[in-house]
Amino acid sequence: MLDPSAYELGVTDLDRLLALLADDGYNCLGPTVRDGAIVYAAIASTADLPRGWTDEQAPGHYRLRRRGDDALFGYNVGPQAWKQFLFPPRERVWQMSIDGQAFVPAPDVDAATRHAFIGVRACELAAIGVQDRVFGGRPFHDDAYLARRAGAFVVAVNCVEAGGTCFCADMGTGPAVEAGHDIALTEVLGGDAHRFLALAGSERGAALLERLGCGPAAADLASRAAAGIEHARTSMGRRLDTAGLPALLARSLDSPHWETVAERCLACANCTAVCPTCFCSSVEDTADLDGGLATRWRQWDSCFNPGFSYLHGGEVRRSTAARYRQWLTHKLGTWHDQFGSSGCVGCGRCISWCPVGIDITAEATGLRERDAHKAERPAAAART
Amino acid sequence: MSGARPRLAVWKFASCDGCQLSLLDCEDELLAVAGKLDIANFPEASSAVSEGPYDLSLVEGSITTPHDAERIQAVRRQSRVLVTIGACATAGGIQALRNFADVDDFLRAVYATPAYISTLATSTAIGDHVAVDYELRGCPINKAQLLDVIGAFLAGRRPRVSSASVCTECKRRGTVCVMVAHGAACLGPVTHAGCGALCPAYDRPCYGCFGPKELANAAALAAHAEGALGADRATMTRAFHTFNAWAEPFRSLSRHGEPPPEPGHD
Repeated sequence: MLDPSAYELGVTDLDRLLALLADDGYNCLGPTVRDGAIVYAAIASTADLPRGWTDEQAPGHYRLRRRGDDALFGYNVGPQAWKQFLFPPRERVWQMSIDGQAFVPAPDVDAATRHAFIGVRACELAAIGVQDRVFGGRPFHDDAYLARRAGAFVVAVNCVEAGGTCFCADMGTGPAVEAGHDIALTEVLGGDAHRFLALAGSERGAALLERLGCGPAAADLASRAAAGIEHARTSMGRRLDTAGLPALLARSLDSPHWETVAERCLACANCTAVCPTCFCSSVEDTADLDGGLATRWRQWDSCFNPGFSYLHGGEVRRSTAARYRQWLTHKLGTWHDQFGSSGCVGCGRCISWCPVGIDITAEATGLRERDAHKAERPAAAART
Repeated sequence: MSGARPRLAVWKFASCDGCQLSLLDCEDELLAVAGKLDIANFPEASSAVSEGPYDLSLVEGSITTPHDAERIQAVRRQSRVLVTIGACATAGGIQALRNFADVDDFLRAVYATPAYISTLATSTAIGDHVAVDYELRGCPINKAQLLDVIGAFLAGRRPRVSSASVCTECKRRGTVCVMVAHGAACLGPVTHAGCGALCPAYDRPCYGCFGPKELANAAALAAHAEGALGADRATMTRAFHTFNAWAEPFRSLSRHGEPPPEPGHD
């Protein structure tokens, strides 16, 4: 049985937690401010966290703003997802050199670094869960991903505020952290107190909290933490009606709505790069001029990129409308058939980081409205 | 390939030499290139020029004179594989700004005796004149891409050159989007990858050096920049009016004094 104890941590305790993880050989990665955004990078202590910062997010818009307090986690998700560490943007698959007449495979020398992810939100945990199913839940496993995943220690943080493009509540992925973490924190500020409610989510999380040796949470801490999470749940910046969505999308393949998106869409692939569940990659080989050394690389690719749907004879999806349709219908529809869940966790990154602010929730709503209109007037909607 | 090394020629048309110098910039790999290819005609590197035909011709520059319009035909006839390198050769270059104006006006303004000048009214890409086997984008080209194209030629494989957006390179290297986070009017979303997303990594918007990518919805980008980002029309017109101004859809967006077309596919 998992230790159900609720601990109360202060900021210095959080620093000790990071130190213990580092002592245990973990590379601590967490949110930090860089170039006008909150990104994930190596952190040594709470001094590296975005203390007193928050983010303002809207379609195609992201700005850092000062908070009136010293919150360490008072913002929502930034442009990067944890997938950059579990499913790196570019990765060597293997290397071969000609040794005499034989090809000799050279294994990747990268030591298996164990990462500790600090500040993982509920939507991000859900996204990691989605990628776990993609890379490990089917007959062909991605062993490199699974090794990195197994080594990762997850310190999650409950959201007590929602961002302008958040809709995890509608996707059933947040804002409360429920599974997949080792430790869950909830930050509570009030008066002079800066406290964290800490709960274990795994045996190793429980063991670490026990080593930390903090006292039990005060009576008001759990209730204030719960109130904060409820506040986040009721202040989502976006809404997405998921009722019957896969079926709706399946019958909307010929909707004129796709063309209206394509008028604005740049087919730049930003939405897929920032999406924490998008997993598409392409493989390419490099060789030196002698042809004696060949390396195979895997790197992030996108259903929006030219050549991605190239089959014998040409590309299957040549237009921006076809590519956007592929992305959205897979993400919100056929993903269910393929992986047993939606591919969307409601983090809002694709909305904020679309250079022209295309909003997946608005486009899904637009498709639903056209579908309803068609249902009301079936004769008029009959296609020729 | 058996016996003799394939013969390489490097040709210059209207250009600044920057792209062919990229080959000489391949310091660490230059000896390997020279070992694999017979550098038969490369005046920038060696005064020893031997006659064609050539197995691989790298062509830099655009066609701006009647003489060059004839010369490129001769180059094509002597070349088994012809690869254009850089924005001039693939899109007409910065000198294609003349295409939007009257060249005779320039001649009268610049030269004391315009009658001595023999020039065309336009600067056009090599591909407008002869068949091109492969195009390398950029102002200048990326030397790693050049080496890859040479390696691909030697190995008989496909070059490994992405035709996605600059954004894909920004995101792979973890650069924060200068458009979304800083409000900069960046051409990255409509620009062909290849530079490694250099400018945004230094907090500058993309200048579009590699030209329009496939399905470049430049009109929608301009509309967003002029709307949500508050850029003025002149700024956006000028943004498209650079090294790849003659390549559509940058061409339509960079016409002076004319409103951009309605957003949509270009």
